[in-house]
Amino acid sequence: MNIFGKLSLDAIPHDPVALAGVVFMFSAGIAALVALTYFKLWRWLWEEYLTSLDPKKIGIMYIVVAVLMLVRGMADAGMMRLQQAISVGDSFGYLSPEHFQQVFSAHGTIMIFFVAMPILFGLINLIMPLQIGARDVAFPFLNSVSFWLFAAGAGLINLSLVLGEFSTAGWLAYPPLSELQYSPGVGVDYWIWALQISGIGSLLSGVNFITTIFKMRAPGMTLMRMPIFVWTSLSSMVLVVFAFPILTATLSMLALDRTLGMHFFTTDLGGNVMMYVNLIWAWGHPEVYILVLPAFGIFSEIVPVFSQKRLFGYTSMVFATAGITFFSYLVWAHHFFTMGAGAKVNAFFGIMTMVIAIPTGVKIFNWLFTMFRGRIIFSSPMHWFLGFVVSFTIGGMSGVLLSIPGVDFELHNSLFLVAHFHNMIISGVLFGYFAGITYWFPKIFGFKLNENLGVYAFWCWIVGFFVAFMPLYILGMMGATRRLDHYDASMGWQGLFIVAGVGVCIIGLGVLFQVLQMYVSIRDRKKNIAGADPWNARTLEWSVPSPAPMYNFAHIPHVYGRDPLWARKQGIEHHEPPYTDIRMPKNSPLGLLLGLFGFLFGFGIIWHMYWLVPAAALGAIVCIVVRALDEHTEETISAAVVERIERANPSVTV
Amino acid sequence: MNRTETEHVRDTSLLGFWLFIMSDCLLFASLFATYAVLGHSYAGGPSASEIFSLPFVLLETLILLTSTLTCGLAVVALYKRNREQILGWLFVTGALGALFLALELHEFVTLIAEGHGFQASAFLSAFFTLVGTHGLHVSIGLLWMLFMMAQVYRTGLTNVTERHLMCLALFWHFLDIVWIFIFSFVYLLPIIV
Amino acid sequence: MNHEPKFHGYLIGYLLSVALTLIAFGLAYLHINSGHLAFSHQFLVYAVVALAVLQLYVQAVFFLHLSRHPEARYNLVSFIFTIFIVLFIVIGSLWIMNNLNYNMTADQVDAYLHKEN
Repeated sequence: MNIFGKLSLDAIPHDPVALAGVVFMFSAGIAALVALTYFKLWRWLWEEYLTSLDPKKIGIMYIVVAVLMLVRGMADAGMMRLQQAISVGDSFGYLSPEHFQQVFSAHGTIMIFFVAMPILFGLINLIMPLQIGARDVAFPFLNSVSFWLFAAGAGLINLSLVLGEFSTAGWLAYPPLSELQYSPGVGVDYWIWALQISGIGSLLSGVNFITTIFKMRAPGMTLMRMPIFVWTSLSSMVLVVFAFPILTATLSMLALDRTLGMHFFTTDLGGNVMMYVNLIWAWGHPEVYILVLPAFGIFSEIVPVFSQKRLFGYTSMVFATAGITFFSYLVWAHHFFTMGAGAKVNAFFGIMTMVIAIPTGVKIFNWLFTMFRGRIIFSSPMHWFLGFVVSFTIGGMSGVLLSIPGVDFELHNSLFLVAHFHNMIISGVLFGYFAGITYWFPKIFGFKLNENLGVYAFWCWIVGFFVAFMPLYILGMMGATRRLDHYDASMGWQGLFIVAGVGVCIIGLGVLFQVLQMYVSIRDRKKNIAGADPWNARTLEWSVPSPAPMYNFAHIPHVYGRDPLWARKQGIEHHEPPYTDIRMPKNSPLGLLLGLFGFLFGFGIIWHMYWLVPAAALGAIVCIVVRALDEHTEETISAAVVERIERANPSVTV
Repeated sequence: MNRTETEHVRDTSLLGFWLFIMSDCLLFASLFATYAVLGHSYAGGPSASEIFSLPFVLLETLILLTSTLTCGLAVVALYKRNREQILGWLFVTGALGALFLALELHEFVTLIAEGHGFQASAFLSAFFTLVGTHGLHVSIGLLWMLFMMAQVYRTGLTNVTERHLMCLALFWHFLDIVWIFIFSFVYLLPIIV
Repeated sequence: MNHEPKFHGYLIGYLLSVALTLIAFGLAYLHINSGHLAFSHQFLVYAVVALAVLQLYVQAVFFLHLSRHPEARYNLVSFIFTIFIVLFIVIGSLWIMNNLNYNMTADQVDAYLHKEN
């Protein structure tokens, strides 16, 4: 048996465009290593971040990796737009069809799994424990394992750039194209195992956060007093826990088809490709709400603060969230109306899809009524919110249009659909996350982001978004399907494709402003010290110093109602008893090691290096046993240290 | 740690593990749904009634069911804080689990030897994967049980071992519940209908 | 879950489970030995489903100690939620996939049309 399996020197790409990617990745990686060594940052990185079990540190790592992946996903988007703008008639653009297919598969996979999901987990890690008045999550070590499994998945997907190839089968890899017969390379295997490994991390995070919300709330923080962001995080994590196993099972079956020659989704010996489509969307539709619900939660925090008013309709917001959670399991067939089900099935799922739009509408009205007669401060998070309301409503309308099976038969797989879901994901999910990052940045790092540059970035994003995606709605109506790498000049599409390309450039300018915003804000950080409560906010995370100390709360707060910080500022009695010792979990490198073994496990299967698979599994088991035998996982922060930290960074007291 | 804190930590662990088990239910649900859809796709190969033996499956079922009882008795012993009884019942549970696993492997090996392996048809792929996934869970449970026996033997009953034992018992009961549905919907119904 | 589990609870659960298993097995055994004539198919399907669900209930109560006890509230709620989602996935998949017969092979379309008429 060859110890390298299918791996050989041929695996390094030869095509010049791909080779440029390899060179870029390597130089960026080497530059990072050199910088870390030159500035002697290794020890700091290891102790403060890589081995940390502090959810705030883990949250920062999630968001850093996500932002790096966002850059790669945006580069993919730009490549597609350029190809489609120039590949007309006799011109075939600069990408081979094979490479173009890898680019769009990577774009979708990266943006959903390695950008949106980690920002979501990052924000929940950073903010949720603070909002419920907890010092930590329920299972701090598991949290670190989750992050490192996610990082292992991200590592695999980036490795596919330099070793072998990526899937050409789209972001959901429908069989039979993704079966061995039609995709004999390692691309689909990279896709499967990157998702599988990071998916297990997501599942463990889901369990961790639900348990945290159920069991770790401060005294008096009843369920109906929780901030809406906690509610939406809870709902989103419930969806993770009850939907990701379906993905795990489906990917496993595809992997069994490919590696052990089974016949779940093959075209021969009784396999049924439509079962794959059915199962992947039974996970895929809840996934949409996993991403967007926390964004709704972020807006529900931001709008009251910047309208200086209580949130309108708290109870209806909670029930709308719960309703969306439940109904999101009953709409999955609207992703494949055209697969040939009868009228009864399509009508049922069409109607359920329209029904789920109702609670979403309730939320929109709640936010608008919160603003009504408020003293609105037009900060940059509020800009993101207003941009969201307008464009998300447009996207929602196009979604309700698509929920009519008859219309869907016309628009299925067209660019209209592509425009619709980008409308939901960019202006719903991404704007929400940008708003959240801007809003909570001072709490995480102790200084505010530059407001002007944030507003410029917003305007570039929103204008660029409309210029890039409105043409796609029209192109879809004109019959342009998704994933085209070339079309005939007589179609008359080129003008609109060029406009869409210009839109992406405007978005790119927005990203440039965001990079500049980060640079300027860090440069001027001394001038923008935030203090504990820079926004005059209402919830508990703003009652502690910024940045929050590792133990979050020197004293576990007592909660007497909704908006506890607001109540405290209105003069409800509150006293600070003397400081006491606090027990916190110690750092552990085992999470990182488990992630490494997860990476090797996936790598072994992808390249058929079968000796590596059991070796990695054994390594993982050893890590788990070592952790289970460790009886000293906590350390004590003495009262004196707590007092010193608290005196240096004042928290909000009245 | 004082008494209430210990209890809080234990309840938190148990709830977390419970949620993990609930998510595992969805994993099995997907495999059950696949078996239900592909269960008649014999592709010219054998059907369920031609290759399954009811008395054999009944034997497997009773063995697993008995092991779930003995696992429960280990929990009773845990509440009595009787270390010898815990070890004894865990041993019986593990032995029964191993016997169950051996029978399952025997069934798999026989089927493959007769040419009815998992590559033969979609029906057999779905069967091997669903039952095999359950078997994999049982194997993990057995490894965990070995580890726990060593732990209880070595350190006695600490907060940690107590917590882990309760999670293990939950896991083992859950595996028996999954098996009820395998017994009913994978073996019984396809054979008789 | 602080109420202490008792020996007799486990024993009752065990005996009930064994009984339910044996009833299901007995039905199948009688049916096969009578040359598939003893019961109607519909009855058998309902009976096996009912016995399995009953056994799920027995084991959930006696082994998993699910109850309306306030301490087990989250466990019970998540258990009921799980049952809903499992039913959605399994029944929904079967419903959709059976409906897709229109697009399957010629033989299956024939069989399907035959059944419809």
